[in-house]
Amino acid sequence: MIALAEVNYFEPWWVQIIKSIVIFAVIFAILPILIVYERKLLGRFQARYGPNRVGPFGFLQPMAEIVKFAMKEPFRTSTSIGALYRIAPVISIVTAVAALALIPFGDVQYIFGQRVGLYGIDVSIGPLYVFALAGISFYGVMLGGWASGSKYAFLGAMRGAAQLISYEVSQSLAIVGVVITAQTLSLTGIVHAQEGMWFFIPQFAGFLVYLVASFAETNRAPFDLLEADSEIIGYFTEYGGTAFVAYLFAEYANMIVVSAIAVTIFFGGWLMPFGIDPPGWVDPFVVLAKIFLVFTFFVWVRATLPRLRYDQLMSLGWKILLPLATLNLLVTAIVVAS
Amino acid sequence: MSPYDVSDDVIEVVRSPSASPIAGAYRAFGETMRGLKTTFARIIEGPTTIQYPEEKTPVYPRFRGRHRLHRFEDTGLEKCVGCSLCAAACPADCIRVVAAENTPENRVSAGERYAAVYEINLSRCIFCGYCEVACPFDAITMGHDYEMSDYTRSDLIFTKEMLLAEPIERTPLRREGE
Repeated sequence: MIALAEVNYFEPWWVQIIKSIVIFAVIFAILPILIVYERKLLGRFQARYGPNRVGPFGFLQPMAEIVKFAMKEPFRTSTSIGALYRIAPVISIVTAVAALALIPFGDVQYIFGQRVGLYGIDVSIGPLYVFALAGISFYGVMLGGWASGSKYAFLGAMRGAAQLISYEVSQSLAIVGVVITAQTLSLTGIVHAQEGMWFFIPQFAGFLVYLVASFAETNRAPFDLLEADSEIIGYFTEYGGTAFVAYLFAEYANMIVVSAIAVTIFFGGWLMPFGIDPPGWVDPFVVLAKIFLVFTFFVWVRATLPRLRYDQLMSLGWKILLPLATLNLLVTAIVVAS
Repeated sequence: MSPYDVSDDVIEVVRSPSASPIAGAYRAFGETMRGLKTTFARIIEGPTTIQYPEEKTPVYPRFRGRHRLHRFEDTGLEKCVGCSLCAAACPADCIRVVAAENTPENRVSAGERYAAVYEINLSRCIFCGYCEVACPFDAITMGHDYEMSDYTRSDLIFTKEMLLAEPIERTPLRREGE
């Protein structure tokens, strides 16, 4: 059998299963916290409180909403295509969750005498795996919009597909600069390559391009044309109840993935600044704290910038970000090669 | 040839010079930073929300809220003498006064007559304050209460006893300079 990719390090199968369950449980426990954190922070940015009625400090708000969504009657439009309509949110959430496997939360540690890598899997094609899953997740958007059988959902899906494809190019090129600098595709390898200096300093242009492109990739403001909540032309216009929640969770899981990739390739993963070297069990918390900070920046930008017009979005992606990313890649390649 | 030459009327529109791409990018970046600073300042300032059922908006001293009828503090007699001037002044026609004579055995007000029935239909009242202006004895004033919702229309007809009583919950007053 020909291996599609080299796996740099792997444990016995039962450790793999436990690891995947732990990662899944932790990330899905964090998701509602992130949702309520975003809404509270967004409120503070707008000089108001945000949700503070349900539970202590309003932290049970997502629970109340999930219960409300789960109680909704499942419905679909009479023109929708049943199977595709049902499977589209599943594609979105599966690809989002599958990308979690790549996030390195720490190096290989000894836990109860067993060597365990604090990540789902360390493959030699790290970023490519993420891009592949991001590519598949388009199907969640496009099939969802198209199979709804509604003009508005279809329009939203077409806009979304164009947006996602054009920004994925710049995002990939921005990461290639890092890969050339680190000279490895393994995400843990990239973190180890940052022990001298975090990559957002030598790769600052690439970092900016990645940041802007990842706003677009995760459908966040100012690029949230996919939802466009004020004009209700989004790919999930015809979705309600739990299917809508699946899309919502996929969006936030995608944000965690994008933030985690940013942390891994630009902010040194589990490395601490100023040469502080904490024991190994601190590493996942360092990564989570960094993810949290990147997420905070996402919310901050959402509170600040208005939504772009569609043609502005396209010209920003193709006329500014893509040349910038290409230039960054060329300069990096020349500097590394010479 | 046409009656007049159109090209004479066409003048060049003066536009501001468009920025070069680099200047435009610089400006967009600067404006983005300014926006981020603005929103961050809101976090520093803190929320301005008044959480209504727990906290109430303080009102100004001359706020025209629900009416109140008054008594003399020393004798406890009602100030209202049942003259119906308030009912006459009321543009919404929401005040109903039925006067009766004071007798030595049953002295209610300081004047000759008193209001046997004094009703204000608050579902009609427009809170203009004309009744307060019309009253020769300052018997009726506009209070500060603004929480007057109720479940039925008949509950909004306030009788004399309700108007004379102290409000159950006092509305906070705005402090000087607030």
